[in-house]
Amino acid sequence: MLEAFNFRVLFDYLPLFLRGLWATAWISAVSLVGALVVGIAACGGRLSRFPMLSRCAGAYIEAIRSTPLLAQIYFLYFGLPTLGFRLPEYQTGILALSLNSGAYMAEIIRAGVLSVSRGQIEAGLAFGLSYFQRMRYIVLPQALGITIPPLLGQAIVLVKDSALLSLISVFELTRAGQIITSERFMPAEGFFTTALLYLGVYYALKAFSSWWQKRLIYVQAI
Amino acid sequence: MSMWLFYLERLIQAFPFFLKGLWMTVAVSGLSLILGTLLGFAAGIARASRVKVLGFLLFAYVDFMRGTPFLVQVFIVFFILPEWGLHLSAFKAATVSLTFYAGAYICEIVSGGISAVPPGQMEAAKASGLTWVQRMRYVIMPQAMKTILPPLVGQYVLLIKDSSVVSVIGVTDVTRVGWFTVQRIPEGLMVFGLVGLLYFVVCYPLIRVSNALEKKLRTDSHGL
Repeated sequence: MLEAFNFRVLFDYLPLFLRGLWATAWISAVSLVGALVVGIAACGGRLSRFPMLSRCAGAYIEAIRSTPLLAQIYFLYFGLPTLGFRLPEYQTGILALSLNSGAYMAEIIRAGVLSVSRGQIEAGLAFGLSYFQRMRYIVLPQALGITIPPLLGQAIVLVKDSALLSLISVFELTRAGQIITSERFMPAEGFFTTALLYLGVYYALKAFSSWWQKRLIYVQAI
Repeated sequence: MSMWLFYLERLIQAFPFFLKGLWMTVAVSGLSLILGTLLGFAAGIARASRVKVLGFLLFAYVDFMRGTPFLVQVFIVFFILPEWGLHLSAFKAATVSLTFYAGAYICEIVSGGISAVPPGQMEAAKASGLTWVQRMRYVIMPQAMKTILPPLVGQYVLLIKDSSVVSVIGVTDVTRVGWFTVQRIPEGLMVFGLVGLLYFVVCYPLIRVSNALEKKLRTDSHGL
């Protein structure tokens, strides 16, 4: 199998793969920021005292978690134009990824916020801190510690999920593999290289995650 | 508005195709679920028992499956295996890729569950003169299942959702039926709303089961 592996072609297509990797990186980064915003908003809604808001946020989270990302991508890709929004493919893709990951992040953040014990918040209330002060100085610093590792795990999922955007003709890493397959009919060269580059991103994010966790334990020990 | 009703009527006419697609989704994910569970348990038990020869292989397998997108894995099975002389139909390729994908995650869940059992249990079972099979069957696995079960059901939900990806290699599941339908009924929100609804009907109960199991088993273990 390996003797048939054509490294020359890889060399020819290297710039394409690097552009694909770069596209995957920035699309994931932008979607990650979007997902955090969506996640914090949805979590805030879920935990709010207004039943209407809480129920809406809950319905959104459950709907996203019970349906596949690919169906969500197609929903926006084919659905937005009928509503009169003609977005470029990559914007639709980033929107879909943010909305999808946001729901999972909302749950992660909620678990973090709920892990802060009731007594802490009551103590904050007793000191006469406002809602924002309680959040800023009591709840979030403690919640953040335990949410960062699962959030990084979700970031890894997000990078892998961004591969699905190639199906609505967004140019990124998987698309580069598809291009080499259709132009030269060399799927092995195309998709193994693609897989290898994804593995690189995966290990980098994992290393960052474990470094962060170690640092966190160290900080908590002080 | 009348156009919208017209399309809705046509969508209702196409509904039997969606049900066929749903059946395909259930079939392909059900088959891979069974095979993936067998593979995952075998791999997970091997990993937890530290079989040396398999150690590195399992490590490479699990990391590859977890580190690359499922779409790329599907393409590898569907486009590269034929180059090596192994021709698979779309359905078989889908089942193979879903099985190996789910197997890797289930391997992690199972080996995690086994290592969560206190080592004293294994030592006590050894001291009682039980064979390896007996130790696993009567001592380790019944306890490990408590940690394994909730994420396992969660993994099944992920499997069903990820099975939508195999629509791209030509398996006529719900997602592919939706993709075909939207070419004729240009109401993306309606068509993929229906697709989403059908997935929801299958996945949501499973998510509830997973949550309920987690709650139940957590309160159970407090009694231990």
